[in-house]
Amino acid sequence: MTVFTSGLRYLKEGVTPHMWCPGCGNGIVLSTLLRAFEELGYRNEETVVVTGIGCWGKADDYVVTNGFHGTHGRALAFATGMKAFNPRLNVVVLMGDGDCITIGGNHFIHAARRNIDVTAIVVNNLNYGMTGGQVSGTTPFGMFTSTTTYTNPERDLDICAIAEVAGANYVARGTPWHGFELEANIKEALNKRGFSVVEVMSPCPTHYGKYNRMGTPVEMLKKIREMALPKEEYARLSPSQKEGYFPIGKLVDRDDPDFNTRYDEVRSRAMKG
Amino acid sequence: MSADKGMEVSIAASVAAKLARVEAVAAYPITPQTHIVEHLAEIVANGELDAAYINVESEHSAMSACVGASATGARTFTSTSAQGMELMHEILFIASGMRLPIVMASVNRALSSPLSIWGDHSDVMAARDTGWIMLFTENGQEVVDSIIMAFKIAEDRRVLLPAMVNLDGFSLSHVIEPIQFPSQEDVDRFLPPYAPLYTLHPDKPVTMGAYAMPELYTEAKYSQEIAIRNSKAVIKEVMEQFSKDFGRKYNIVETYNIEKADTVFMALGSINENIKTAIDLLKDNGKELGLVAPRLFRPFPADELVEVLKTKKKLAVFERVMPGGAMNGPLYNEIASMVVQNGLDLQLENYIFGLGGRDVEPEELIDVFEQISTSAKITHADNKNYGVIGVRS
Repeated sequence: MTVFTSGLRYLKEGVTPHMWCPGCGNGIVLSTLLRAFEELGYRNEETVVVTGIGCWGKADDYVVTNGFHGTHGRALAFATGMKAFNPRLNVVVLMGDGDCITIGGNHFIHAARRNIDVTAIVVNNLNYGMTGGQVSGTTPFGMFTSTTTYTNPERDLDICAIAEVAGANYVARGTPWHGFELEANIKEALNKRGFSVVEVMSPCPTHYGKYNRMGTPVEMLKKIREMALPKEEYARLSPSQKEGYFPIGKLVDRDDPDFNTRYDEVRSRAMKG
Repeated sequence: MSADKGMEVSIAASVAAKLARVEAVAAYPITPQTHIVEHLAEIVANGELDAAYINVESEHSAMSACVGASATGARTFTSTSAQGMELMHEILFIASGMRLPIVMASVNRALSSPLSIWGDHSDVMAARDTGWIMLFTENGQEVVDSIIMAFKIAEDRRVLLPAMVNLDGFSLSHVIEPIQFPSQEDVDRFLPPYAPLYTLHPDKPVTMGAYAMPELYTEAKYSQEIAIRNSKAVIKEVMEQFSKDFGRKYNIVETYNIEKADTVFMALGSINENIKTAIDLLKDNGKELGLVAPRLFRPFPADELVEVLKTKKKLAVFERVMPGGAMNGPLYNEIASMVVQNGLDLQLENYIFGLGGRDVEPEELIDVFEQISTSAKITHADNKNYGVIGVRS
């Protein structure tokens, strides 16, 4: 029998309604994350939620774990220090596409390379929502934002692909439409030792949706559902057929030793002389 | 001269950059500067402004790309705020050390942590010794005029230094004000195309920023220091020229009602409008308070300040930044140094106000006036050196 969890014991009292716009995916992602915490039996005081700057970066305002709200793009660098010094902490990093791969791109690559045992939940809404919908490193070519009012001349980055080649142990992608699948991926990511990433392709109807005439929030969420294909189905498509679609589900799952393990090995060898 | 136009000051700042015919912009969005770069992105893309615009991935990259563009000879503009300014910090020194006349609109905002998106001067004061010329503005018209003047100052062969035009976040950047825009022809006459001394160009290759060994580094930095000190004369010249060409008068030190007043206030930025209101209210009650407002902060206009302050008895310096363990705020410390070096007999007081967007009403300023005009040097409760207006314990 399935036991449904609420995740409520991680949600601060008296903070709802939250500040996110109607139709934003953040609320769904947060509730999924908090249910995953509960199902894994995370203790509030042993968990730290590290956030960057942006709409998703406001999530720490709503949780009763330890919270750390740093600067734009540096969440993973802060988190690296926490996990290296205090491995007992469950370190969960909440970043948007700006924090993760644009201003903080360097830290993302190196967190994956280092395979530091933290989990990054990246809400990718393809633009800078908090500051009013400017272009980001994941805004696709040819799309409209408030700083590319005549379309974006640059290409976008694939967060999951970068995580994979840079060495992350676990990489998955989901959407707010696929809530249960997303929760399963988040749980696996939290459980994984080493660097784990779950990217959530999420709607920003207020800015990105408006600039690109993507209709109502519901229509925008439906559009994301249509673009999301199970990775097996996506893999069967030819390169031209893949245009406009992205794979969801677990994309990478491996068990390379994490940073703390490798570092302890080096130290114990060195101490033997 | 065109008629007044109601416009958000941020948009007006980007129109000023357009009037200055900037050729390169690299910028990254941050509240409350965002509208400046958004509008510039739009007018570059639609061809209103013939320039290169790069949506970079961070402020560090923004200033780096500006340095690169300026090094190739482009008239270069950017804008930032708060954490963005601090992320640029490293490259601010590169721009001034390479003597690249980049102009930046600095929309002043508090620094994290705690996170605040609201206005104060923590950002610019942390960057005050980066070798940039620093102008402060108190209304939208000054922002527009100062950006145009900043290019003429920065690009002058006797100067060749980057310049920052500071405007308060929200209380200035986001208000709609009536603004007079000079015509493009008049601006073109005032500000001819940038003629760089050295550029990265295949016809005459140069090296910029190369290694300076101990026997050279001091001389390089000292010559830069002489340049920023000497820039004051050029700044005065440019302000005079601007006054002549456009009819709006600018001085590096502005004053208000100082003739009859023994007590004067001093501050940077938009708070000066509130101080003027307080002065007018006091005047209605037969009391005289004066205002000395430095429009220029770097180079520090000590001689000009001595000239207006030498006959005054009391000076209260208001600052939107915590001293961070210093004796007093940065502006007060400059003033104290100036008072000592020039042997002025001036009672100095220091007040910290308006941090992280906290409002200060003219009534609170009047309270300060009443306090200091009736007492000898004030000893403040917790730290004795400075008061913090409206702070709760």
